[in-house]
Amino acid sequence: MALNPDDFTCPLPIMEYDTIQLAHGSGGRLSARLIESMFLPRFGNETLNKLEDQALLDLPAGRLAFTTDSFVVDPIFFPGGDIGDLAVNGTVNDICMSGATPLYLSTAFIIEEGLPMADLHRILLSMEKAAAAAGVRIVTGDTKVVDRGSCDKIFINTSGLGLVPESVAISAANLKAGDKVIVSGTIADHGMAILTSRKGLSFQSRVKSDTAALNGLVMAMLAVSTSIHAMRDPTRGGLATTLNEFAASSKVGIVLDEGAVPVRPEVRGACEVLGIDPLYVANEGKLVAVVADKDAEAMLGKMRTHPLGADAAIIGEVTGANPGLVTMRTAFGAERIIDMPVGEQLPRIC
Amino acid sequence: MKYLDEYRDPAIAKTLLAEIRQRVTRPWVIMEICGGHTHSIMKHGIDQLLPPEIELVHGPGCPVCVTPIEIIDKALAIAARSEVIFTSFGDMLRVPGSSRNLLMVKSAGGDVRMVYSPLEAVNLARENPDRQVVFFGVGFETTAPGNAMALLQAKQEGLANFSLLASHVLVPPAMRVLLSSPSNRVQGYLAAGHVCTVMGWQEYEAIAEEFRVPIVPTGFEPLDLLAGILMVVRQLEEGRHQVENEYGRSVSREGNRPAQAVLAQVFEVADRKWRGIGMLPASGLAIRKDYADFDAEKRFAVDAIVVEESSRCQSGAILQGLLKPNGCAAFGGDCTPEHPLGATMVSSEGACAAYYKYHHAR
Repeated sequence: MALNPDDFTCPLPIMEYDTIQLAHGSGGRLSARLIESMFLPRFGNETLNKLEDQALLDLPAGRLAFTTDSFVVDPIFFPGGDIGDLAVNGTVNDICMSGATPLYLSTAFIIEEGLPMADLHRILLSMEKAAAAAGVRIVTGDTKVVDRGSCDKIFINTSGLGLVPESVAISAANLKAGDKVIVSGTIADHGMAILTSRKGLSFQSRVKSDTAALNGLVMAMLAVSTSIHAMRDPTRGGLATTLNEFAASSKVGIVLDEGAVPVRPEVRGACEVLGIDPLYVANEGKLVAVVADKDAEAMLGKMRTHPLGADAAIIGEVTGANPGLVTMRTAFGAERIIDMPVGEQLPRIC
Repeated sequence: MKYLDEYRDPAIAKTLLAEIRQRVTRPWVIMEICGGHTHSIMKHGIDQLLPPEIELVHGPGCPVCVTPIEIIDKALAIAARSEVIFTSFGDMLRVPGSSRNLLMVKSAGGDVRMVYSPLEAVNLARENPDRQVVFFGVGFETTAPGNAMALLQAKQEGLANFSLLASHVLVPPAMRVLLSSPSNRVQGYLAAGHVCTVMGWQEYEAIAEEFRVPIVPTGFEPLDLLAGILMVVRQLEEGRHQVENEYGRSVSREGNRPAQAVLAQVFEVADRKWRGIGMLPASGLAIRKDYADFDAEKRFAVDAIVVEESSRCQSGAILQGLLKPNGCAAFGGDCTPEHPLGATMVSSEGACAAYYKYHHAR
């Protein structure tokens, strides 16, 4: 097994139990010990350390962005990340897609009894790292433990607060004909990393999740222009779903250029094998932005200088024709509709 | 060699299209047998690029679509039993039976699991000796060898808690039925590349001769399809009717002999009902007597279930190439992927789903 430097800097605290017990969620002595030994060393800050029932925050005046998201990913550890950094990055990204600077997070854990303490520790470590990387503080939280079988190992909810700068008005309803559509990098990495790491698939893949906090990239983009028309992180449902939402909200058409959409070869290969379209697969560290034609090249150039935007590309444009419809120009010059998906994509028979 | 980009090169596509245009002197109707072909054609927009003389009609080669509704109902009945772990490829989970589908059985408490291979289901049987593990074996000659292998393994290991709900159909009998129909319009076939990978193309030589149609086993990438269409067009224009292989990197005349041997050991040719088409003699595979203990229909006594199709679904005409999906009155209105009337709207390979997904606003 490869040595992990974290094993030396943040050893697993010595606990009476090596798995989570129902009593760890009882609110009694074991709960207190879990919080003191496992949670505070990772997330501790002035606000959280007070261990009040609520976080008291001094906020500057202005508009707040407030969001919540729950994370139930299976498996909880996957190539490129785990449920912990996913829970931090997911909420940070939802905040910053409004242009807001993320400030504070809450975290709530629902843990199945029997979860190895070492797994919880690993998850908390990666949440600590993700929060530090995104520059957010975890200021309040909650832990519940449920009977075996009542949840799958661990579920995490995070909520977050961010501050929206004045003059920024990003909305799915703001698309205008002639705008350019930019994606910040390769699509479908997260979804395919999860799918190919699930039990039962007999090919070994090199696909890694792209989970990452995008607020740094968004800051860089806002420095180019504060008039980004629309921006979202295409998570569940993938790029296709996000663009359909944009087209519907703004009553415009969107035309994509098939050859321009960046997909890693190994992701494309895995998608082909399973009969899955990467346009509908989840991302956890990518954003899609719609900007005015005149800003597009400068925006793209700036994005490419950021590590999370190195593979950014202009993938299409907004049209006045076919309002509500997303279409794709194929590499052969034909055109097809990119529809909303009905349910989860199901791998095909043959 | 990445096996993808090489077969999606727009410059080569242009050359192939130019040659097709140059060869065509009059209208031709070509059927792509396989649902995988249909989807690739729609996805890459190949139908929009062909000269107007060439009409592509979509064949019955979608395993999900031709699986009779009563097999689905049998699957639903078995999957609802408390002792059963019911396993299936993803495609089949949303296919409607007469009242619900496997995903609905799952949310009502059934233990329905998606697997990627029948051998995974055999593993589940090993790991869960106190449960009955059933695999839903659907498809053409492509998926049948894997399912046969699962039964062989289960029998060798004496895994008494494994069984197969099998509904396998064969391509050549369907091709014959279509060509024999008085309303037949098909003048040439793109044969299903993956079926031919297993079975070879010897069986098709007699069909090409008897019905005087060119047959070209074809791959699934856009350049495969264009090359296959060109090969059919060339033959049609020259008045030839032979089997010519486009998919040389996968298909040989003999096919995959070991796979055929496993098939023959476990299955025998039998009459089969096709969804939307009806009973076709000697058109499918049934589990041989030696393996009857592993036949889920017998084990769970569901062989008496008989169900009739919804009269509003015209998938039969669609699967025979007599009707285009958007020519059906229910298409896109009463019948959508969210509320499918028939399997051709559900399966990722179904012609109706392909039209809906890629072209529904047209």
